[in-house]
Amino acid sequence: MTTTVVKKVGPAAVTPPVTVGGHVRGYLSRVRGGDIGSLPAVLGLIVLCTVFAIMRPSFLSAGNFANLFTQGAAVTLIAMGLVFVLLLGEIDLSAGFASGVCAAVLANVVTVLGYPWWVAVLAALVTGVLIGTALGFLVAKVGIPSFVVTLAGFLAFQGIVLMLMKEGANISVRDETLVAISNRNLPPAIGWALAAVAVAGYAAVQLMRHRNRSARGLVTDPLAVVAARVGVLAVILGVAVYVLNLERSRNVLITSLKGVPIVVPIIAVLLIVWTFVLQRTSYGRHVYAVGGNKEAARRAGINVDRIRISVFVICSSMAAIGGIVAASRANSVDPNTGGSNVLLYAVGAAVIGGTSLFGGKGRVLDAVLGGAVVAVIDNGMGLMGYSSGVKYVVTGVVLLLAASVDALSRRRSAATGNR
Amino acid sequence: MSATPLLELRGIDKSFGPVQVLRNVALTAHPGEVTALVGDNGAGKSTLVKCISGIYPTDSGEFLFEGRPVSINSPRDAAALGIEVVYQDLALCDNLDIVQNMFLGREKHTGIVLDEPTMEQMAAETLAGLSVRTVKSLRQHVSSLSGGQRQTVAIAKAVLWNSRLVILDEPTAALGVAQTAQVLELVRRLADNGLAVVLISHNMNDVFAVSDRIAALYLGQMVAQVKTTDITHSQVVELITAGRSGALGLAAELTGGNGTGGAAVGTTPGALR
Repeated sequence: MTTTVVKKVGPAAVTPPVTVGGHVRGYLSRVRGGDIGSLPAVLGLIVLCTVFAIMRPSFLSAGNFANLFTQGAAVTLIAMGLVFVLLLGEIDLSAGFASGVCAAVLANVVTVLGYPWWVAVLAALVTGVLIGTALGFLVAKVGIPSFVVTLAGFLAFQGIVLMLMKEGANISVRDETLVAISNRNLPPAIGWALAAVAVAGYAAVQLMRHRNRSARGLVTDPLAVVAARVGVLAVILGVAVYVLNLERSRNVLITSLKGVPIVVPIIAVLLIVWTFVLQRTSYGRHVYAVGGNKEAARRAGINVDRIRISVFVICSSMAAIGGIVAASRANSVDPNTGGSNVLLYAVGAAVIGGTSLFGGKGRVLDAVLGGAVVAVIDNGMGLMGYSSGVKYVVTGVVLLLAASVDALSRRRSAATGNR
Repeated sequence: MSATPLLELRGIDKSFGPVQVLRNVALTAHPGEVTALVGDNGAGKSTLVKCISGIYPTDSGEFLFEGRPVSINSPRDAAALGIEVVYQDLALCDNLDIVQNMFLGREKHTGIVLDEPTMEQMAAETLAGLSVRTVKSLRQHVSSLSGGQRQTVAIAKAVLWNSRLVILDEPTAALGVAQTAQVLELVRRLADNGLAVVLISHNMNDVFAVSDRIAALYLGQMVAQVKTTDITHSQVVELITAGRSGALGLAAELTGGNGTGGAAVGTTPGALR
């Protein structure tokens, strides 16, 4: 009985407050122990940007910066969904063409059938949920390895896209709202306002947690570290919004082109929502638990099958959103939407960002960071005039590098007993 | 010793296909006592535990909890009664920290948001209540803990929930001498705090060091359940290996494990003291 067992609130497990130096040392020792998280992605991003900026100064132009976001958006969104599947140590190879199927449904509903845009978006999302439920059911209830189920899905969905496209013709998407997602920008003032709200919100959450924890006498990060985190976010958002608000039209007399692309806040909101779900709800905790030790999760009374199905539903739904964004960017859907390199870029993005292929480790933010790396490689190598062939090879090598870092850091953690 | 046992099992049968793993097993666990469950490999100890904790359904038999008949069909039913199991393989998630593991599946919330400070505080209090001082930070991943520390976390997890009965499956099997002593001390403290404890162990020293009663399983049959003070080391070993020892255990003609369930009914109650 806890009531009898717990006699005193002892200092047994409560350690003294951490200093800034202690915080930094703790982080460094975690990195040395193999818990590197997104460090390779962040370093890679810095190195790649520096190299491209030196080789092609146009890489740093405001126009190109905005392009990076719209180019990487679809892959990043799909990768965000894939993180959930990867957290369980599963894989979804069909996510690319699932996004294609959803985009095809969208185009058919809005252009061929002539419904309003929100009906089409809803139809695409429902398609995503159905696809995810079917995949999840086959994996969790029937017990087929996810690799095989989704490989079959990869082929079948490719066929479904072809059928929805009436054998190869493409369907244009002309709806104003849908086209705006990837092709229009927020007014500069709203961009600033959103950035300010984001920073203020983050600061409020961090400070509240800090106060709550210190009030209860629990170990807290030093205030300086909290302030530094908020500061870093403010600087990143500030610089990004400032650059995106610069005029990037070649001829201002014809048209003005400035502001944050509309797809950026969409990604930001989804990032916040999914991060909240993973870090602050029981559902997220259970996803990590199933990914870490399925048997332990089962014994803890977690419905493992339901978790496994749900991650496929999330993944396919995010693929649907990715498909909508891709359709918006291309103003059309064709049989290759979501095909070719989309899936591998998405898996690459998640893994490069630091999500483990072995399950149990990863964050939604990884997908965004990794997506940025993939977009920068794609964009920078394009600017330098390399062929698609070279781009594929380089991206493949980067993916291999990321997977090796994952595998090696796992070994290192095993050696140091950290994970 | 209290009059009504906290948990009493009667006539438990369990088969996996054609293999009968448990035959007509009876077991009692009293509050404030450590009941050691001993038996050779394959005797059915782990199966019995999984039946008690609701992971396996039983084929037949009765569960009495504080004298009331109950049915345990899932781990949740067992948890609702206050039955907690610490498994041999601990069932901890390496990628989660101590607090997250202790509350896994039963997280505290405010609204839909996890209430981390409350959980951390309760975890700290529970560990302090068990006089655990070996853990550096509650927020370290379980993967960075030693075997003894993991065992401690697993036991603390079990007592966090107003549990009445804690079942420990070979808690000292993989531990060194000092850590074994620590864990046994912890086991004794659980019983002293009024919990009923069932300790599964192969190690006779451990069994005699902490148990109040010894229950011996032999090829799926409960051959004896006696007070630790009424039995010797070598008698227990005989019960484990041969199913009988003097007047204890199976009747002579039934040794060898060929006794039918029906025959065991006659012998088991007589073996209970």
